[in-house]
Amino acid sequence: MTTTAVRAPERAAPERLPGAWGLGLRRGALEIRQFFRQRDQVVFTFAFPVVFLFLFASIFSDDVRGAGVTASQLYVPAMMAAGIMSTSFQSLGISIAIERDEKVLRRLRGTPMPPAAYFLGKIWLVLVTGLLETAILLAVGTAFYDVDLPSSAGRWFDFAWIFALGLTACALLGIAISSVPKSGKSATSVVVLPFLVLQFISGVYISIDTIPDWMLNIGALFPLKWMCQGLRGVFLPQSAQVLEQAGSWEFGRIALVLGAWCVGGLALCLLTFRWKNRRDG
Amino acid sequence: MTAHANERAVDVRGLRKQYGDVTAVDGIDLGIRRGEVFGLLGPNGAGKSTTVEILQGQRTRDAGEVMVLGADPAAATRAWRSRVGIVWQDESAPAELTVRETVRHFARYYPRPRDPEEVIGLVGLEAKASSRIKALSGGQRRRLDVALGVIGGPELLLLDEPTTGFDPAARRQFWDLIRLLADEGTTILLTTHYLEEAEALADRLAVVARGRVVAEGVPAELRDRYGTGATVTWTDTGGTPRTERTDTPTKTVAELMRRFDGEIPGLRVSRPTLEDVYLRLTGQEDAR
Repeated sequence: MTTTAVRAPERAAPERLPGAWGLGLRRGALEIRQFFRQRDQVVFTFAFPVVFLFLFASIFSDDVRGAGVTASQLYVPAMMAAGIMSTSFQSLGISIAIERDEKVLRRLRGTPMPPAAYFLGKIWLVLVTGLLETAILLAVGTAFYDVDLPSSAGRWFDFAWIFALGLTACALLGIAISSVPKSGKSATSVVVLPFLVLQFISGVYISIDTIPDWMLNIGALFPLKWMCQGLRGVFLPQSAQVLEQAGSWEFGRIALVLGAWCVGGLALCLLTFRWKNRRDG
Repeated sequence: MTAHANERAVDVRGLRKQYGDVTAVDGIDLGIRRGEVFGLLGPNGAGKSTTVEILQGQRTRDAGEVMVLGADPAAATRAWRSRVGIVWQDESAPAELTVRETVRHFARYYPRPRDPEEVIGLVGLEAKASSRIKALSGGQRRRLDVALGVIGGPELLLLDEPTTGFDPAARRQFWDLIRLLADEGTTILLTTHYLEEAEALADRLAVVARGRVVAEGVPAELRDRYGTGATVTWTDTGGTPRTERTDTPTKTVAELMRRFDGEIPGLRVSRPTLEDVYLRLTGQEDAR
């Protein structure tokens, strides 16, 4: 007989918990399924920027003096930028605030789901809806408002990184602002007001050469102004650069600002994200 | 250290929690053994939910020591969360998904989940498995909550008023489920304000009132310890009903026999029920 009794451990080797990437993908699929099952939300999300594009581009359609473009053409990239921000910033800001209020987040926090999986799921959702939204606006723009698809591989590349960086920055800002409203009911107003103001001072509704410089400078602190500018650079002829504040597209600067917002937005999310609303502290 | 079978699943000492000026939990001690079904009984606002939320790792505490499955829930890890099942008081499942989609999805969070179809059957939602959650009744949603609480095959299940909104049949079915899980060795803590539920399920009970444990023990033992005395009821000669509370009911009946010289009209002698004990302990006697 051995003197040391070796007791079999009650639990075998430490169990492997499911990984964040895989769960993030599954959460993404689930988020997308939930999104598309809410018919009115789907219609509202996708129709809103199209309706605005139709209204603005049809009301203002004159040639812009000395720029070689029409006002309608200016509205196509502007609405695409607003569409990207609406599918990311606005929809996440509102939906996460509601999920927090309805204790969906708290329930997830009570499971061993890694927090990263939740955010990855949201990113998949935003990527799919953002791509769809952009594709719809691009289709409308090329079909009715005389905008051409990017003419070279370089322009497509610019389109891709502006989309990716802009979407990421706005999604992170949306996650961050979701912690601001006290309840799910107030979320819509809290999120929509800043978005609306930004659309006015970033060159979405009002042409960039009409907005007072001081307003534009405030707009320039946020991603939307740079997304609009970059997409104009992708879709408009070089002659339209005269309308810009700096007289050029400034692609390098756009990448820098949007990149900085991605990093800053991530830091903001990590610092402020709450799984419960304030009452449940 | 290895986990010993006699180690306590839950160990709470001097737990306190205040919300502003209101003291919700005022020095609670609890010890729950592994494999035990423990009932936390008390009126609304007694501090039951706050206590359970602290044990879940969902709420901070102001003072006290808390160990749940050998760890402080305030520093919960993913591995710890995978061993603890939670059934919340308010339902919060995604409305647009079906029961099956939701249960299957939650199963993926756990290293060793139970079979989703089996769990759907255990809570009696087979017929609703393909229905969207928004189409479920309140009681059916609660049953889904129970399903999501047990899908991970937890060692410890924390249930906060799990049967609120259940019809009697669903409640019986839920009791069977709890007994089944207990037989499998799951440690269960449930809060309730249904006395018959606590009596039917719990191996041991703690009665909580105003943030403190006012009594603790096996249900029958509680009744014997605190349920002293009896109530004697009869009808007086004038036809008026009379009630007397006494520690010596036999003596009272003997006196009445002398007075009535034989048969006592409307005589009834009753021992306090667990409900009487509960109401007395929680200071709600007058509510009767």
